[in-house]
Order: sequence, then C-alpha cells, then structure tokens
Amino acid sequence: MKSVVAENLVKTYDKGKVKALDGLSLDVSEGTVLGVLGPNGAGKTTTVRVLSTLLTPDSGSAFVAGIDVIKHPEKVREVIGLSGQYAAVDETLTGWDNLLMFGRLYHLSQTQAKVRATELLEQFALTDAAKRPIRTYSGGMRRRLDLAASLIVNPKILFLDEPTTGLDPRGRQEMWGVIKGLVKGGTTLLLTTQYLEEADQLADEIVVVDHGKVIARGTSDELKRQVGGERLEIVVTQNEISKVKDLVTKVASGKVTIDDDLGMISAPVSSGSRALIEVARGLDEISIHPLDIGLKRPSLDDVFISLTGHVAEETAPVEQKRGRK
Amino acid sequence: MPHVIADALIITKRQWLQLFRVPEFLIFSTIQPVMFVLLFRYVFGGSISTGIPGVDYVQLLMPGIFVQTVAFTLAGTAVGLAEDMQKGLIDRFRSLPISRAAVVFGRAIGDGLLNIVVLFVMGVAGYLVGWRPTSGIFSVALGFLFLLLFGFSMAWVGILIGLSVREARVANSVVFIAVFPLTFLSNAFAPTTGMPKPLQYFAEWNPVSTMVAACRELFGLENIFGVTASSWPSQNPLQMSLIYIVLIIAVFLPLSVRKYVRASSKK
Repeated sequence: MKSVVAENLVKTYDKGKVKALDGLSLDVSEGTVLGVLGPNGAGKTTTVRVLSTLLTPDSGSAFVAGIDVIKHPEKVREVIGLSGQYAAVDETLTGWDNLLMFGRLYHLSQTQAKVRATELLEQFALTDAAKRPIRTYSGGMRRRLDLAASLIVNPKILFLDEPTTGLDPRGRQEMWGVIKGLVKGGTTLLLTTQYLEEADQLADEIVVVDHGKVIARGTSDELKRQVGGERLEIVVTQNEISKVKDLVTKVASGKVTIDDDLGMISAPVSSGSRALIEVARGLDEISIHPLDIGLKRPSLDDVFISLTGHVAEETAPVEQKRGRK
Repeated sequence: MPHVIADALIITKRQWLQLFRVPEFLIFSTIQPVMFVLLFRYVFGGSISTGIPGVDYVQLLMPGIFVQTVAFTLAGTAVGLAEDMQKGLIDRFRSLPISRAAVVFGRAIGDGLLNIVVLFVMGVAGYLVGWRPTSGIFSVALGFLFLLLFGFSMAWVGILIGLSVREARVANSVVFIAVFPLTFLSNAFAPTTGMPKPLQYFAEWNPVSTMVAACRELFGLENIFGVTASSWPSQNPLQMSLIYIVLIIAVFLPLSVRKYVRASSKK
C-alpha cells in the first residue's frame, strides 16, 4: 500500500524559465521512510510543498493517503503533518502558546489541546522551556517544537523538509533520535535532506533528485554500492608509493588508484576500519609513516559524481533567490 | 459557531498574545498618535485659525488624527503578515485543515480590536488637551464605530500588501509611501483652500478627507475644511465615506483571501 504517490510532477517559475520540478515521480510505502536526497535547488522543497498542498503543480498528479492532492487538498491537510526547513512557529509566543494555538486550529477542544501540548512538550524534552518565548530557544529546540506542532493530531503521514539543516551535531543527533522514535510508532515519513549520512540513518529507501528529477533510487546500501562505499586514502612520499600500494591491494575491494602528484593511494574497501588498521599496522612494520591516512565515507558529492558526473552544484537559482534564507 | 469564525478567533487570540508578550508594540502604537495629538495641538494649533468663533483648532484636529491613526494601522497589519510569511508561519497555517479565510479574517478582527484600544487612548488624550465633541453620546459612539469600520476596510489593504511583498521592511515602506501623502493631501490638518486647485480636487475626493469630514459631522462640527467646491463628497462626506469603505472591502477582501490561498508561497 502506497501512502504517497507523485507522478510526473512539473513546476516552472518565471514563465517557464526555471524548472523547479521536471517530471518528478516518487512513492512511499505505508509505514516506511523515504529520504529525498539532493543539493539546494534540486526540487526537494518544491516536492514537499506540492505534496503538502501548499503549491499546485503545472502538471502531473499526486496522491497522499489515496487522496488526490490537487482535487481535494482540504482532505489531505487532515491526514498530514508538515515541518518545514525553517521553524514555522510564532517566535514571540511561548512553546506552550504555540502548541495550544495549533491544537485549537486542529479543532481540539481547549482541554484536549492542553493535554496534547503537555504530552508533546514532555515527549520532546521541552517541558522546562514551555513558558519561554520561542526566540530564546536554541536551534535544536525550535526544530523540536516545530516538529511537535506538526504531530498534534498524530498524522499518519509526515513531511519533514530538511529537519536538521543548520543544526549543530548535537542538535542533529537529538533530532535523529526523535525522528527514529516516530518512525517506530508507524508514521509514514518523507524527509528531504542534503546529507547522505542523514538519509542513511533514517531512510528505508532513498531517491536522489537533481534538476527537478529523480536520478537514482534505492536503499542506502544500494546507492553506496553504486558510489563505491568507503575508500581508504593514504598520502605518502613519492618513493614509498609502490610499497604502500602492495599493502593497500591486499585489503582493497576494488581497483587501487594512484595519484602520483599528490602521492595518494586510494582504494574502495568493504571492511572499513579493519582495513585501515591492517594497513596502518603493515606500514608501521616497514617503518613508513604516511603524511595522511584515513577512511573516506561517500558524501553527497560522491553520490552525485558517480551518478551524474558533476558535483552537487546548487542548480536552480529559485530557492536561493526567493527562499527564506 | 462556524469553523471559519472559530478559527479566525484563534488567530486573533494569537495576535493578542503577541501584544502581551511584546508590550512595547502596544505602548508604541498608542504613544505615536498621542504624540501627534500633542504636536499638532500645541505646535500648529496656535497658528491655524478655524475661522469659526468659539471653535478651537483641537476640535477640528482630533477627527483628523483619529482617521490618520486608523489609516496607519494598516502598516502593522502589513508588516505582521509579511513577517509571518517570511518565517514560514503562513505555510504552516496553509497546511492545516482550517478555512482558507480564517487567517486573514483573524488578523482583520485583531487589528479592529487594536484600533479600539488606540482610539480609546487617543480619545482620552484629546479630552485632556481640550477636545469636546458636542453632538451627544449617540453620535459620538457612531463616529467611533465609523472609524472602526474604516479601520476594518484598511486592514484588508494591509493584508494584501503584507502578503504581496517579499520582506517585512518593504511592507512598512510601501504603506508609508501610500498612506502618508493621502493623510496630508486632505482636510485632516489644514483647510484645503490653501492648496493649488488640482490638489484641492484631489483632497476633496480623497477618502481620508471624506472620513475626516464625516467624523467632524458626527462629533458635532460643521464640515468646514473642505467646502470650497461644491463637490458631492464634500457635501455628503458620510455617504461618500460609506461608499469608499464598501468599495475598499469589496475589492481588497477577496483579493486578500485569493492571495493567501494561492500565492503565499514564495517558491
């Protein structure tokens, strides 16, 4: 059963000059998490805006919980939760005020809204900050409150647009924890992100978007295989290259490449840190001290280079120019 | 209670919570008009003659300042909405299962309530500096009701501006550029007879003038600042103002709701 289906969505701006969506299709199975991965301007936010009824596409169709998003947006709004890239809560009000207001707007009674606000503040570790204005919150706290506001009526389907962009590592970890908890509860989630690691952590399936189109789709492992997974990289002086190459070849899971100018030997490895330790031990035995040695995990750029041949550039100027940044 | 009103009132309540959380806003939105009252009363009041024995400038001034203040509240409306838009709050509201008109109506109601507070404070300030309406309680009440109605129509102009600009700062400038000349190219502060002829015609048809003249009548004054020509608006300010109010609402209310529904996305 598909909770979200988008088919051939097209959305252009500036009289067709800028194509934000160029025939994008995707679907999310009930109870699973789809990560929409792509650089700024790839069309991620536009996709979320179309699916959450904020934007009407020029063409294409979209269904959320089986409801036609274009024909019956008001019905879709009753079953979804949306938490945007920028915490969309009232900054002058307190966390409590905000949750109460949104609860009432979801047509809960005053009492129900209060009960729900209390629960959510508890769930998101914001009880202590409940009576403080949002503008005094840290970035992570704001995001959590924003997420809480989108969960007031326990939506079956949740859209999260770059939930951790701009958060520090700790805030990101906390947010991941919260999202994982939700997913365990059975929520269907579509999440956009610029970070491969985030998609890796949270998503059952990933679609990679670029220029308003899906250019690859698969599980995190499948995508990584396509990219080549982790790579071992060692930088040594010129005359040591050949010795080191022999060591690396033993642990490599693919072709060993050598950059003579940089003195860098690199190779894909499947055994991760074990390969690193093995090579490091080998180097120590023959008394070679590399200038640099490390494991490189594939980044969004690597995914893009391997899929498109170019780095993850910020393609369409739309979101940059007009976005709330 | 239909959902649209219930939802709108929640939005109104939010605006009022904001006022209590940031009391400076309420304080400054009342200080400014009071300041105008004092400045005009004591700076210009001595040198502008009403031409009517026994009628001080302050009697003519107060209706002018009431109208000006109400007209300017649309700046707050526009800035508030532009900020909500910029911060993504409008997006969130639009993703909720609420009536499409609730958010803008809630705002218009909230601004109406704000006008009540501001007009009350100004009325008291005016009384303290010698303003004495002479028409009796019923007419005076009607005058204030009229001002609130005018404010309600202005709120819709503010809402459309707020939803149309990209930044809150721009909203403020737009309102200032649009409203400031209107309030001065009118009979609000000085007789229009001193203006060049073309401006006189403009001033007589200016909704601010008709509103001011209407208020003066309701507060018990002769309509004396705009009667050089025998134009219909200067002869029938109350009727003309009502027509303007209805026109403004008829044009800007549907436009505002449409703007909210369709174009509030900036992407």
